[in-house]
Amino acid sequence: MSKLWSKKLSRRRLLGSAALGTAALPVLHETVPHQSIHNSLAAATGGGNGDHGSADTAHRGAGHRGTMGKVDHAANGFDPTELLRDFDEGRVRNGVREWEIVADDKEIEVAPGVKYAAWTYNGRVPGPTLRAREGERLRINFINASSHPHTMHFHGIHRDVHDGIPGIGAGNIAPGKSTTYEFDASPFGLHHYHCHSTPLADHIAKGLYGMFIVDPKRGRPKADELAMVMNGFDTNFDRENEVYAVNTVAFEYARKPIRVKRGELVRIYLLNILEFDLMNSFHIHANFFDVYPTGTSLEPTELTDTVIQGQGQRAILELRFPFTGKYMFHAHVSEFAELGWMGFFEVV
Amino acid sequence: MEARSAAPPRGTRLPGWLAGLLPLALLGIAIGLFVALDAPGLGERRGVPVEKLAVERTVLRPGEIDLHVRNDGPDPVAVRQVIVNDGFASFSQSSDDLGRLGGDTIRVQYPWVKGQAYELKLLTATGATVDHTIEAAAESPEGGAGFLGLMGLIGLYVGVIPVAIGMVWLPWLRTIDPRWIQFLMALTVGLLAFLGIDAVLEGTELAGEGAQAFGGAALVFVGAVVAYLALAGVGAWVSNRRTEEKQAGAGPWRLAFLVALGIGLHNLGEGLAIGSAYAVGSLAIGAALVVGFALHNTTEGLAIVAPVAKGEEVGAATRLRRLIGLGVLAGAPAILGTFIGASAFDTSLAAFMFGLGAGAIAQVIVQIAPGLRDRAGQLLNPLAVAGLLTGLALMYVTGLLVSV
Repeated sequence: MSKLWSKKLSRRRLLGSAALGTAALPVLHETVPHQSIHNSLAAATGGGNGDHGSADTAHRGAGHRGTMGKVDHAANGFDPTELLRDFDEGRVRNGVREWEIVADDKEIEVAPGVKYAAWTYNGRVPGPTLRAREGERLRINFINASSHPHTMHFHGIHRDVHDGIPGIGAGNIAPGKSTTYEFDASPFGLHHYHCHSTPLADHIAKGLYGMFIVDPKRGRPKADELAMVMNGFDTNFDRENEVYAVNTVAFEYARKPIRVKRGELVRIYLLNILEFDLMNSFHIHANFFDVYPTGTSLEPTELTDTVIQGQGQRAILELRFPFTGKYMFHAHVSEFAELGWMGFFEVV
Repeated sequence: MEARSAAPPRGTRLPGWLAGLLPLALLGIAIGLFVALDAPGLGERRGVPVEKLAVERTVLRPGEIDLHVRNDGPDPVAVRQVIVNDGFASFSQSSDDLGRLGGDTIRVQYPWVKGQAYELKLLTATGATVDHTIEAAAESPEGGAGFLGLMGLIGLYVGVIPVAIGMVWLPWLRTIDPRWIQFLMALTVGLLAFLGIDAVLEGTELAGEGAQAFGGAALVFVGAVVAYLALAGVGAWVSNRRTEEKQAGAGPWRLAFLVALGIGLHNLGEGLAIGSAYAVGSLAIGAALVVGFALHNTTEGLAIVAPVAKGEEVGAATRLRRLIGLGVLAGAPAILGTFIGASAFDTSLAAFMFGLGAGAIAQVIVQIAPGLRDRAGQLLNPLAVAGLLTGLALMYVTGLLVSV
């Protein structure tokens, strides 16, 4: 790119006319590779993130950085605030825990006014947060109402025929067909499920993913539990995400902070399902949390305020807020933060 | 009635003018029916909407970036969010939906920093993005009196003064051997040819940037044809009148007028380029630039007076008046160009103007060419070729001094 640029420029110099030189300017606009210099920018604007504080008023204020307007949750069919505490335990019949999951095509609004042709499990992105207890027998009745073939591939320990990948067991489930996946809930921890049809990145990025929580036999201490799926959307199909979020809608928790109680144990189930970016992160302001990687141990490995996750990585975070007030949380990948992955806890 | 019906061979009762309108009326009815019936038989469109937006102008104010956009695609475009350097930014726009060829100004609140590069993405309702890059941010000049004064001064420096200085060669031209005049005429053609090529290239580049729906590069060539035909028509009209009145032998002056007009149109384009470059902050107006332009454009003054060097005698006062008029005609458009370029630059319009300049120059060359023939009627005789090449070389070398 830059080679092309200098070539054009030298040609102009040769021709030499003043007018021609000017003509090169718009050409430069096109040919110079664009670099994201958000780091220097963030430094220059001096913690502009803080502007998000009073979300509703700040949205109208000059210099505020964020999306404009509101997302119609009713039209989407799901509200990110409700998704936080929406744990789907299915129903138990004859000692087997069962769910019915329907894959479908659905247009959703991922940032105010910006529509995305998503593929969904049970009409929502992320899909339902499935929750079971270690050792239980699980049965997932999967119906594909979408116009494309899909599967449900669970992370966990199970037989190959129930792995939900093309070519093994039921394989790809054609549009209008259905299948049943059956396995035991094991091991305990925080897992997830997603479509495994190819092209894989597309099938995941379009919204076919969700959390799969296996509680330990004895359970975990009582807490205010929150499910947070870090995701993003490539709205113009250039293999890069235009919109980042927790639970789909950009800046939703900045506009409407998550209310928690002071001193109460808060447990965050955190999953990174982002495509096209190698890693994601979670950072909380003015506090620290215990990290339980993959939730497979009852002992935390670290007390920190920032955790990094690669694609498909997850962790359980536990913390208490000692003070009331508004506390920001966001991806410490600053680019993601400014493209929607930023929110607040409102501690009361 | 009978007389009229007798005139057309088949006895139709339609008046002539109505018969001429009949196809148009039928076309109107056909279109009306086609639309009323919702395009019968064509069915739904197969593809997705084509969203295209051209950024025609960028204005930077403290804490604000304004993009003047135009929809040059076939479908409406709805900008819903704006991303600046990988971050959503707040913005305002006057209309939510831009129809075909509709224009709007998107005002983005952003604490931009001087000298930095900014990548803007306009995110539409369908999730598509329109990208626009700001190379190096700099505040756009405000259109106050001081700014207009500055632009006028620049136009004066690069247009009027150099051309006027070049015209001071006239007394010397009158003293030299007539054969040298012929050489200088060839040199003028060389100068003009260079400017013509320059105008076409410049216009084509600019046209690529503007809204393609207005014609893009075709605008340059349409402009060239329009200018050529207009000048040829005016020329023919003037010479017809002259022949009718009396053979005043105003040929050389007419030629000088046409040369000045062509150069004036070119300088208009040059002024546009300078003004717009200054407006986006990418042009440092320094002594070197002005000196370069002065040398470059002084040759244009020579081109104007060369045709009248061996010309007929007119009174000194008349001559001075005419020369001043020619100088203003050739140089002053640069001032107009800098004004327009700096305050209301439109790439499509600028491309069209460059086309006009190129067409005018082509017409002028055609007018001058017969004067280059030697006694044997040979057009590309050694003297003429030497003049042509010298003209090209002169423009090339002085052009090296100018790099906007």
